[in-house]
Amino acid sequence: MDQVRKTVVLEGSRGVAEAVRLCRPNVIAAYPITPQTHIVENLSQMVADGLLKAENIRVESEHSAASAVLGASAAGARAYTATTSQGFLLMLEVLYNMAGLRLPVVLTAVNRGISAPLTIHNDIQDSLAARDTGFVQLYAEDNQEALDMHIQAFKIAEDHRVLLPVLIGMDGFILTHSFEPVSLPTQEEVDEFLPPYKPVFYLTPKAPLTMGTKTDPEFYTEARYMLHKAQQNARQVIVEVAQEFKEKFGRFSGDLIDTYLTEDAEIIFVSMGSLVSNLRAIAQELRQEGKKVGVLKIRAFRPFPFEEIVRAISGAKIVIVMEKDISLGATGVLAQEIRAAFYGKANVPRLSGFVVGLGGRDVTRETVLKGLRLAQESDHLCTFLDLNPELLEEV
Amino acid sequence: MKEIRIHGRGGQGVVTAAELLAIAAHADGKYAQAIPSFGSERMGAPVQAFVRISEEKILMRTHVYNPDFLIVQDATLIGAYDIFSGLKDGGYVLINSEKKPEEIKIEGNRFRVATVPATRIALEILQRPIPNTILIGAFAGLTGVVTLEGVKESIRHRFSGEIARKNEEAAEYAYKLVKGGQ
Repeated sequence: MDQVRKTVVLEGSRGVAEAVRLCRPNVIAAYPITPQTHIVENLSQMVADGLLKAENIRVESEHSAASAVLGASAAGARAYTATTSQGFLLMLEVLYNMAGLRLPVVLTAVNRGISAPLTIHNDIQDSLAARDTGFVQLYAEDNQEALDMHIQAFKIAEDHRVLLPVLIGMDGFILTHSFEPVSLPTQEEVDEFLPPYKPVFYLTPKAPLTMGTKTDPEFYTEARYMLHKAQQNARQVIVEVAQEFKEKFGRFSGDLIDTYLTEDAEIIFVSMGSLVSNLRAIAQELRQEGKKVGVLKIRAFRPFPFEEIVRAISGAKIVIVMEKDISLGATGVLAQEIRAAFYGKANVPRLSGFVVGLGGRDVTRETVLKGLRLAQESDHLCTFLDLNPELLEEV
Repeated sequence: MKEIRIHGRGGQGVVTAAELLAIAAHADGKYAQAIPSFGSERMGAPVQAFVRISEEKILMRTHVYNPDFLIVQDATLIGAYDIFSGLKDGGYVLINSEKKPEEIKIEGNRFRVATVPATRIALEILQRPIPNTILIGAFAGLTGVVTLEGVKESIRHRFSGEIARKNEEAAEYAYKLVKGGQ
């Protein structure tokens, strides 16, 4: 009861908007209509009401939104944007530039499926398309974590060992539109945790410099290598920031990964985003039936926590990856990465990869239990669960 | 954990009803979650929303398939859609209707049915045909899953001024009505 009293019931999008407000961004740019969420609607209201002193730029497309925050960040501002689905894909070209220019923008990627066929519903195919942009990618399990993750994200992004943009994946509708109790930090607490952004380089007429010049072959590889190195540095910074957040706010939802009942687990589910929460509930039930089941949450998808994953799940007999995405012509994206993590290791568990929950299909207890049953029978490279055979007839 | 499914049509405040129930339960000191049905919202289209209320932190985020309680904001949905799907045996159904519970035809007689003329009460007290706060007041009175105080607090949280006051009045009226006080 005491824990509940300290919280307030908010829509997920509103919680994120409050967190972003507390981070005092100087510039927010967003395309205000479909596909968009209540996050930037709430933020623009806060700016209009004088609750947030920020430049709120309404633009004509997501490409422009990304370009505006890129420019703002290059000028030394703390910059934020949010989008989803096709809008996210329209940003993609700019996202590579943001990372390449080492600009610590924070972006909420509300996760929704992509066209065609057109869908407005949840899966994580959109943000995984930005896998190789150089963005740090973090995925939130619930609304509290989404809120907390934004406060952590600015700190990770702006750390001089990192200086990379950070993307927060947050499941569309399942999190953004659901209401649950969250604890909101105070402005004072956030100010203590997150000092103002101090850029190393920024555009100013007082000390002119150029960003994003053309490079010839003698420079390009080094620039990409340093980008890769910044990603490697982000591993340590994500862990440190999660620890510091825990000390300051008393909450910890994992760093690169989070584990649940994995120590003695024979079967471990692996997933990202809100599906992890369902898997925890199902693991609890299965534990009560005496089944040794655990859950591994991939919290940081980039940088990818290869070593941490191997340490966390190599004791299991069977690993079951459940993911709401598909690398068409290959397998689920997360399953590829988990398999890569185990190459050349001893004690490799059996592994099955399941594609679930595309385009908003609810991932129910039955879906998960079906995956469990199939994985126990044999290993699955990439199996779609819950397919309706009636819809699969070829023309 | 108690699971509630709310059925209605776009424009009747189904999503708000779920939000209010979650806030009411939270005000009572419980964990709560409200999930709207996810679709392209259109006036008049069937809409669902889901609520979970628990003493423990709620982890499950799926739709509610086996509710303990159904709230039906629009009785014309009965028969047109399988709104009773998965409702637990002995589960409660609260329907916005002028009819008596025994006049509502539901196969199997497995459920406890109650009715409240929420649209009429809404038109009288709120001068608008939005039945959600009245149904929530009645739900509190019938089930005790949330308290009247919690409901009133949720209304004050969500609305302000005259609208909040009238909705509190309407919720309390329905609460007392089902308790047999009016």
